[in-house]
Amino acid sequence: MTEPITGIVTPIRLDYRYTPGASTSQFLRSIKEGKLVGRRCPRCSKVYLPPRGGCPMCGVEFAEEVAIKNTGTMVTFAVVNVNFANRAVDLPYVTAEVAFDGTDTTTMVLLKGVAPEEARMGMRVKAHWLPESEWDYSLVNIDYVEPIDEPDADFESFKELL
Amino acid sequence: MEFAYTRSTGPVVGAFLTGLRDRKVLGAKDSTGRTVVPPPEYDASSAAPIEASTLVEVGQEGTVTSWSWNPVPRLGNPFDVPFAWALVRLDGADTSLLHALDAPRDTITTGMRVKVRWAAETVGFINDIACFEPVAS
Repeated sequence: MTEPITGIVTPIRLDYRYTPGASTSQFLRSIKEGKLVGRRCPRCSKVYLPPRGGCPMCGVEFAEEVAIKNTGTMVTFAVVNVNFANRAVDLPYVTAEVAFDGTDTTTMVLLKGVAPEEARMGMRVKAHWLPESEWDYSLVNIDYVEPIDEPDADFESFKELL
Repeated sequence: MEFAYTRSTGPVVGAFLTGLRDRKVLGAKDSTGRTVVPPPEYDASSAAPIEASTLVEVGQEGTVTSWSWNPVPRLGNPFDVPFAWALVRLDGADTSLLHALDAPRDTITTGMRVKVRWAAETVGFINDIACFEPVAS
């Protein structure tokens, strides 16, 4: 190696210590066991996943826990054509915003099992979890979602989530 | 969260790093006659650009001009146990270079003589100098 040095790579790293609070802590303990648990607002009845301490619209504390299913609707998506560092996914791939059934919020997750050009708003999908041995206190336990054999959801049914 | 910044070194810093890869420490002669290590892109007195071709090699032994104990090493530091940061004026240089110094805390003094300890493999980066270490007296 005799070429002169013209560039260097200087990694910059920050470690965050995050205190999730009582509600999100419960959510993280549940997801460690392979369960999705949201919370319902006692006033507007909307279900948040992941749950926070209270409803940001109504300003009241959440009370009721709600078990969430593994199926949902992809309300919108983006086709990713440019990779970023440390992401080992073949290009192009689809990042989906999924409203899991029973929730009124969306979660960003990788979509697999369909060509990017065939991804559609309203597609019905199912969560594919990592092997149980790899479950952690993290939404990353859901490795990706994949399409299921159901008719697309009606736009009117999810337009509020966009 | 981690970002890998890719930086262009420019001709002078590039030459300095290329020198490190060859296990040489290079400095710049400025318009006042001082030898500046590491070499800057521009002369601090005249503001004239420094030409990479005019860099000169300085010694690999030097004198500690100041130092500070680092009791809590962070990720990416040269050591994972408490160590000293030192300003070292290499022989032949008129300015000091900041780097780690591998020496017990109670043996470190301003004015102590130290030398470069090279990394096992040099790649053209400041860590090619693994650290400084005391010159055996």
